[in-house]
Amino acid sequence: MSKPIIATASLAGCFGCHMSVLDIDDRILTLIDLVEFHKSPIDDIKTFSKICDVGLIEGGCCNSENVETLREFRKNCKVLVSVGECAIMGGLPAMRNGIPVKDCLEEAYLHCPTVDPADRMIPNDPELPIILDKVYPCHEVVKIDAFLPGCPPSAELIWKALVALVEGKPLDLTYDLVKFD
Amino acid sequence: MPKQGIIKTILARHKKDKSRLIEIVRDVQSALGWVPPAAVAEIAEALNVSKVDVEGVATFYHFFSGAPAGRYAVYLNDNFVAGMKGRAEIAAAFEKEAKCRFGETTADGLIGLHATSCIGMNDQEPSAIINGVVFTKLTKAKVKQIVAAMKAGRDMARLVTTCGDGANQSKLVRAMVTNNIRKKGPVILAPFKPGEAIRRAVTWTPEDVIAEIKRSNLLGRGGAGFPTGLKWDFCVQSQADRHYVVCNADEGEPGTFKDRVILTEQAHLLFEGMAVAGYAVGAKEGILYLRAEYAYLKNHLEHVLEALRKKAIIGRNAGGKKGFIFDIEIKMGAGAYICGEESALLESAEGKRGEPRDRPPFPVTYGYLGYPTTVNNIETLCAAARILAKGAGWFKTLGTAKSAGTKLLSVSGDCRKPGVYEVEFGLSLQKLLEMVGGRDAQAVQVGGPSGTCVSRGQFERRIGFEDLPTGGSIIVIGPHRDMFDVVHNFMDFFIEESCGWCAPCRVGNSLLKRKLEKIMSGKGTIRDLSDLESWGRIIKTMSRCGLGQTSPNPILTTLQNFRHLYESKVRHDTDFVTEFDLKAAVHAASGVTGQKLTEAHHE
Ligand SMILES: Cc1cc2nc3c(=O)[nH]c(=O)nc-3n(C[C@H](O)[C@H](O)[C@H](O)COP(=O)(O)O)c2cc1C
Repeated sequence: MSKPIIATASLAGCFGCHMSVLDIDDRILTLIDLVEFHKSPIDDIKTFSKICDVGLIEGGCCNSENVETLREFRKNCKVLVSVGECAIMGGLPAMRNGIPVKDCLEEAYLHCPTVDPADRMIPNDPELPIILDKVYPCHEVVKIDAFLPGCPPSAELIWKALVALVEGKPLDLTYDLVKFD
Repeated sequence: MPKQGIIKTILARHKKDKSRLIEIVRDVQSALGWVPPAAVAEIAEALNVSKVDVEGVATFYHFFSGAPAGRYAVYLNDNFVAGMKGRAEIAAAFEKEAKCRFGETTADGLIGLHATSCIGMNDQEPSAIINGVVFTKLTKAKVKQIVAAMKAGRDMARLVTTCGDGANQSKLVRAMVTNNIRKKGPVILAPFKPGEAIRRAVTWTPEDVIAEIKRSNLLGRGGAGFPTGLKWDFCVQSQADRHYVVCNADEGEPGTFKDRVILTEQAHLLFEGMAVAGYAVGAKEGILYLRAEYAYLKNHLEHVLEALRKKAIIGRNAGGKKGFIFDIEIKMGAGAYICGEESALLESAEGKRGEPRDRPPFPVTYGYLGYPTTVNNIETLCAAARILAKGAGWFKTLGTAKSAGTKLLSVSGDCRKPGVYEVEFGLSLQKLLEMVGGRDAQAVQVGGPSGTCVSRGQFERRIGFEDLPTGGSIIVIGPHRDMFDVVHNFMDFFIEESCGWCAPCRVGNSLLKRKLEKIMSGKGTIRDLSDLESWGRIIKTMSRCGLGQTSPNPILTTLQNFRHLYESKVRHDTDFVTEFDLKAAVHAASGVTGQKLTEAHHE
């Protein structure tokens, strides 16, 4: 059997969950033996050229491009996993959800004390993704098959989840892996 | 500015005592119609607490407001039964006459329209509280009259032309509320001669009084069913130089109103029960924590207390026992269901936000002001008094093996005879429905939103701790009602009443409601049903107090007992439907930046 193929993406996240993947230390070598990485910031492959077995999503959707990427992942991955608080709940970026998007943009680009007075404008280049009215958790946009909680999920949790997915076995989550305080 | 003078007077009236913060804020609210930031600052400074402490209290309770609530502030009950009885029409009439919408106050500050959780009048809906006066069985014509009277600057109390029955007619009450006592039983609603219980109790040792209560198998009537004798025993066992008896008169579970009727007609029995408890646990002071919605009964209750003091049933030499002192103070709530939870109640009685405490320690060891306290429901204390008067053996002949005695039921909804019924435990729902004229019910909500929704096929089930425990709320749901509307209303209630302390309850209930709405709109899938179940279980197990631990019950018990309704609503051809709409989601930002979605965005 060929190696299972994994794709990853960071949407409205901080890359902390990706860093946590790297935190599995030297087991990354074992992982590379076990799986093949496809579209992912880890190997910088930018476009899907084949169907992947597992997609790992960090971050929720805060703009139109996030939605597009997430939909593309859904199309190209057999199993899609929300990794970490932001993908699952919106996380820190979702703190803006109670504030109208207009107020957010104006505060950030017009009124904030650190804005250069000579250069006050809300970015509007057509090439830029458009901000959504609020930050959405991934499972409200596409179907998500599994959730790995944490901020970030520990390396151990990600490792165990990946091994379980790759080997097709049930995931054995011990209490210490999902206890956060 | 006259305002400063007012606040100084109020602060002086309460001796700048910070445990009286709620009373202070209440007085400010009624003097000014709201609690302005300047008042918050002044109170904080005078009491030497932080502004946040004062603001915390001023924003926690329904009847305090951070914006002018209107010189006439209308609080219209918005529970499901009010809806059954035509609340929507009444709300529309208020909006039309007052020319202002719910949640707002007229520009001149005259009239404010507010929705509020159950005010304990389910047997006479639609109902509202306006400037402390209760209006029941509202009609469009009455609304017209009321608003006209407001515009003429009249006192709301003057609009009460016909009073209800019994003590509702007394000079001290003068309320249009009716008791609707449909069935009197031997424990709570039977005549009671003041002194019968306490005079007997004081001839015994406190240990013997507790032993008698234990022998009676009396279980708490507030919902949790804790053995009363054991609670008193724990309280006595906690060494301290003071003990307290607190009566829980918060009665906030939607659909219950039996405590209102006890307070109106049998307050002497209740206060005597408190005296018995005081004697048993060695307390000198008792507190009646009365929900703000029942403020119209306060003068009446004070009057009953005064009469009992004169008869030496409470006060000095209570029960005729030299040296035994037991007196009762009434403390008012300010509108918050959570304050019925005993530890939140104690926080509120101490003048703070009504947020539950971590337990243990339980109130019996660490209660009011940190002293050992027994918190009991009104009906429990009444039963305790009756047991002292008539004996544990007699009490146990009533009810069933595990549920001794009688239970007051507050029956409302789709039935011909709503009101209060004192029945023996063990009564089947079928028999109850026959009694109340609600035979054709499709469902009965037992124990309010936090209880169980029982479907037609299970009406042989019985009221009692072995099968269907209940604090007393019984809502009959007729065959023409949409069960989803019921569940939705109940979830609204929990979202409104969550104190916000724990995330599972604060966030989880909103998520459950959104999921429910998705299903109601025909976009749900089987997966959404299993999400409801698993999220509901998380909220139940991860919340700190009984509110969160029961808040998913409307959904979970209907998923269990009305599964077919959910299954007929969800789509079976797919396991995922999204409600996300990209075009709608970028609308606001493209309005600001002028950016447009490109082709690529349209899938
Ligand atoms: C959210 C919530 C609301 C409650 N409301 C009431 C109430 O209004 N009246 C009441 O007696 N008990 C209420 N309880 C139960 C009390 O916490 C407590 O168990 C009861 O007052 C104890 O009295 P008992 O032993 O006589 O039943 C409530 C509990 C919770 C969790």
